[in-house]
Amino acid sequence: MTGTGVGPILIDMLAVDAGYRGSHVLHNVDFEVHEDQFTGIVGPSGAGKTTLLRVLLGTLDPTGGAMSRSKDLRISYVPQLETVNWDFPVTVFECVLMSRTSGRIAPWPTKSERAEVRAVLERLGISDLASRHIRELSGGQQQRMFLARALLRKPNLLLLDEPTSGVDVSTRHDVLHLLGDLHEDGMAIVLTTHDLNGMAAHLPHLVCVNGRVVASGTPHDVITPHVLEQTYGARMEVLEHLGMPVVVDAAPEMIDRRQSA
Amino acid sequence: MMDTILEPLQFAFFQKGLLVATLSGALLGFVGVFIVLRGMSYIGHGLSHAVFGGFAAFQLFAAQLYIIGAGLWGIASALAITQVARRSRVGADAAIGVITTASFALGVALFAKFGTSGPAFDNALFGSILGITSMQIWGLLAVCALTGAFVFLRYRALLFSTFDPDVADVSGVNVGRIEAGLMIVLSLAILATLTVIGVTLVAAMLVIPAVVARMLTDSFGRMLWLSTVIGAVCGLVGMYLSYFAGVPSGTMIVLVGAVVFTVVLAVTGGKGLRRSAGLDDHGATEPVRAPVNAL
Repeated sequence: MTGTGVGPILIDMLAVDAGYRGSHVLHNVDFEVHEDQFTGIVGPSGAGKTTLLRVLLGTLDPTGGAMSRSKDLRISYVPQLETVNWDFPVTVFECVLMSRTSGRIAPWPTKSERAEVRAVLERLGISDLASRHIRELSGGQQQRMFLARALLRKPNLLLLDEPTSGVDVSTRHDVLHLLGDLHEDGMAIVLTTHDLNGMAAHLPHLVCVNGRVVASGTPHDVITPHVLEQTYGARMEVLEHLGMPVVVDAAPEMIDRRQSA
Repeated sequence: MMDTILEPLQFAFFQKGLLVATLSGALLGFVGVFIVLRGMSYIGHGLSHAVFGGFAAFQLFAAQLYIIGAGLWGIASALAITQVARRSRVGADAAIGVITTASFALGVALFAKFGTSGPAFDNALFGSILGITSMQIWGLLAVCALTGAFVFLRYRALLFSTFDPDVADVSGVNVGRIEAGLMIVLSLAILATLTVIGVTLVAAMLVIPAVVARMLTDSFGRMLWLSTVIGAVCGLVGMYLSYFAGVPSGTMIVLVGAVVFTVVLAVTGGKGLRRSAGLDDHGATEPVRAPVNAL
């Protein structure tokens, strides 16, 4: 799989505008999600990353442009860890089972539902945590729990809002490897992030957003000083390390000094 | 001792009062779990006041229908709050403050100007077991049954939309409809328990059993039945004590709840407080930061 999206289209946005209470956050956005896509949406705070995610989710209607969705589309969504109320009284098992809201009237799970939840927890390596309260999990385990909840719905498109925000470096690698495995298994994945270097190392396709789509392509196509300046409004230096572009977070005068030297 | 305990049970009015107080405590404890976990404790306080406006107005203009009128008034207030909060820049707390206190003020004004042909003003405010009719008991039983059926049939959707409304919305849960259903159930529960608990004290019985239950467990299912049992016990014991102390039933029921809260707080200590720490308005304020740990 390429991850850049050549398979059948799940969602097609054409010249879409979107925003809140009359103010445009996104303008004239063209964006396609293919069945084999693995894409990171990057951009500064307030650039419209979450707005784009909400339009893809269908919780925010575009104010302009055209949008179409495949009849086979089954979306699951993983929220930011920072937005979750970790004191809510649920165990890992109860949290994962929440996403099974159709087909069953009685509150308690059936035998097959229990087996399904156990299987998905097993797949994500957290089956021994099923009876723990959600507050007792580490950052990586919390992310896996929400992935388990999302996977229980058997989606073909997984949307994640800042999945690497608020976790340490090793957890970030772990989460991105896990997403890579899910993509290899045939799931389309779109996520938002601030983490440019982490995405360059793990994702095959990036989209730079700042109110509009500034650039789209492989990390080598997108992580360039020119595109980053257009996206973030600030000059950044890009180095090559182990065949991957690496963004150096340095002040403009330092970049000038390095370039003149 | 036993004679003293059994003494009030010889009175039919007390038997009715005991039944209604126990059922009321259980019902408010049950519904209160969803209200407290959604960070909506203030809406219980506001809605009881809003219902009072309908209570007063319909006693004047259609005395026979005042229960129905007050119920409709409460439901309309709840839905108005939801819509105002959702569609405008006004937050839910401000919408509750404006709509429900205006309704309460209207009720007080109507009582002051025209008096009443139904329950006395003080009884409506602080609760009374005098004059409980069979119709009221049947009404309370019907609301209990309706609430139980609603929660049983929509349990997972209620749980999901309470924990994470945004994700529930994209996972096929009609969050708007669930919220409207919960508001209707809450309005009916307040209305059905108003006569015993009283307008000003209903909110306390929505909150106290749920908070105490939260301090005792980390499981949603256990919290639901624990809160129901705690509410029922508060109603039962409070009603008994109100007979002997000669104070309004609602007052004593809430005081018993406060004592239970204090005892559980003393027993569970920091653990209980930590568990109940997330019971603020997490839906509309700053997000709770996740603990940042290694995998």
